[in-house]
Amino acid sequence: MSAASTEAREGATGVRTRPSAASRVVGFFTSGIVHLVLIVVALFWLIPSLGLLLLSLRSSGDNAASGWWTVFTRPAQLTLENYQNLLANPTITGSLWNTVMIAVPATAAVVVIGALAGYAFAWLTFPGRDWLLVVVIVLLAVPIQVALIPLARLFGDLGIFGTVFRVVLFHTGFGLPFAIFLLRTFFTQIPGELLEAARIDGAGELRIFATVIMPLGGPAIASLAIFQFLWTWNDMLVALIFTDSQSQPLTVAIQSQLRQFGANIDVLSSGAFFSMIVPLIVFFAFQRYFVQALLAGSQK
Amino acid sequence: MALAFLAPALVFLGAILVYPVVYTVIRSFYSASGDQFVGWSNYLAMFTSDSTFTAIRNNVIWVVVAPFSCTALGLVFAVLMEKISWATAFKLIVFMPMAISMLAAGVIFRGMFQQDPDHGVVNAAIVAVTDAFGGPQASLPGAGPRQEVGLSASDGGAISADQAVQVGTVQDFPLVGVRADEVPSGAAQAETAPAPGPDQITGTVWLDVVRGGGGTNGQIDPGKPGLPGVRVQAVGPGGQVVASTTTDDTGRYTLSGLDPGQYSVVLPATNFETGFTGINWLGPSFITAVVILSFVWIWAGFAMVMIASGLSAMDRSLQEAARIDGASEWQVFTRITAPLLMPVLLVVFVTLIVNVLKTFDLVYVIPPGNAKPAANVIAVEMWRVSFGGGNDQGLGSALAILLLVLVLPSMILNIRRFRADRQR
Repeated sequence: MSAASTEAREGATGVRTRPSAASRVVGFFTSGIVHLVLIVVALFWLIPSLGLLLLSLRSSGDNAASGWWTVFTRPAQLTLENYQNLLANPTITGSLWNTVMIAVPATAAVVVIGALAGYAFAWLTFPGRDWLLVVVIVLLAVPIQVALIPLARLFGDLGIFGTVFRVVLFHTGFGLPFAIFLLRTFFTQIPGELLEAARIDGAGELRIFATVIMPLGGPAIASLAIFQFLWTWNDMLVALIFTDSQSQPLTVAIQSQLRQFGANIDVLSSGAFFSMIVPLIVFFAFQRYFVQALLAGSQK
Repeated sequence: MALAFLAPALVFLGAILVYPVVYTVIRSFYSASGDQFVGWSNYLAMFTSDSTFTAIRNNVIWVVVAPFSCTALGLVFAVLMEKISWATAFKLIVFMPMAISMLAAGVIFRGMFQQDPDHGVVNAAIVAVTDAFGGPQASLPGAGPRQEVGLSASDGGAISADQAVQVGTVQDFPLVGVRADEVPSGAAQAETAPAPGPDQITGTVWLDVVRGGGGTNGQIDPGKPGLPGVRVQAVGPGGQVVASTTTDDTGRYTLSGLDPGQYSVVLPATNFETGFTGINWLGPSFITAVVILSFVWIWAGFAMVMIASGLSAMDRSLQEAARIDGASEWQVFTRITAPLLMPVLLVVFVTLIVNVLKTFDLVYVIPPGNAKPAANVIAVEMWRVSFGGGNDQGLGSALAILLLVLVLPSMILNIRRFRADRQR
């Protein structure tokens, strides 16, 4: 309800008069307190990331000697040295490439396979459809831990080499229940007349999928893609088990520096912030779609 | 036809999800190496082994504390956010941690909670706050009295004058053994104490060393700094402390309100203890609290966004009507808004429980080696016993199944909600 229409209604019914001076003063103070509280909260939520950024912009000598907050009194100490070292480190650049090679295919596979299945659940009739959908919903909550031991064995038995590929397979499987569920929900909202019209024109299901569903389902697919991309980009556990030093993504490469936290703070802080850059760009650019995915995932 | 659309998904779901669940259930009844059927013994071991039992106990703490904190904060933020004009910015700030990896969040929190107040911002803030409220407390480890000026140090570390003094006299404390970098930052040139009143004892506490040499021992010379923040006590003949004060920046003190008589003047041992070295947040006692805090930092934004969208979808006419009938904002919130939000709150809460149980990265990253056992949770213990050196995939499978059993209620809830949606 917009403020204007509320006012209009109040004016029409005349139930409310203008607030008294006293209540306006009270209102001013309450709103002042609300602003203050939320500013403090916002600071509490910002300071951790800001601290990491500042840590990463200070030389290891400075970080050993004093806290990052001293930059506010001595701004001259900022340097890009840690990032230069990071980018000159073949382990890090290699693992960045591995992260891309995991996140992009695993996202694409989930979108394509999930869209096909989502369409089938939304618009095709086949025996056991509802029952199968319940299975998908059950699988939504399966913890990753359940699959680690069997898949480590299965991939070995099948001789699936190239460990980046194993991680992609794993993420594709675990991304699918959510993808199917999300896309089915969105696809059912597409008007049935459009599909009927296409069928009457003699289009096959594959053609309908490609020319009607995919274009109309754009926002849903974007939501799914962003969600899945962030998930796979940020994963550490799966990669920790299925990759080796050649195929490890950024998260695993960075965590291997943790043992000497204080001494490695230059690598850790710049590496961690570096790993955040892509997710943050994606988040700020497509925040709306990300929220939509979360909402659809747990509210519909 | 439908099969063609479904086939790829079914292959993946079958191979990556269904088959592993079945395999893990069976595997959990076999021994570490997998060649011997052991019945329930892996499940028994879970509750009898120290490290798995700690993990289970910690998970109980997590489940009790974390989802509730996130939901409560999310609710407060979502409600308050409606009253500000910069809600979009606020939402982005609080929601942002959802986008970054738990590894990065872990590195952030491990850094923030380091013990040394020169490295960890939390302990630095505590030092700043205690300094602001309690005044600077002197910390002069290693300080001792100048020899042959009538001062001596007790075994406990206190420094006192050898002779008790009459009220109305001056008692000075020239000290040595304070390193230049230990002199408090506010210290100024030492000054002679003001003449004492009839109920006072005054004096100066200073570092009786001129940097670079010079000066007379026991004399206040230029270049000798006063020692601020030193606690000074007047002790009566029975050993009771009758007055106490702290020195100012020039090292001067004034003990007032004394009855006539003799008192010994003492610098108690607390002055010479090592100062606040920081709370050991990452030690075994606080580690779980810190890790839960990092979880709340990440997930409160999720709860907030979900609840805010529930709020914005809500028809506000009931609230308006209640306000017109004279209900206070608090009544409107507790009697109308909160009950209407219940379904959303439940969904958020259950989603958070599932995510608490799955949390691995934060618990893996934040605790340093010595605190890892104390911070353990099932998800990490499962990794540790199966892949991280425990080498017992039987027990690991049983732990994975325990996690699966713990998320079963949320699965049932998901199905119910789905069925209810259908019938609408």
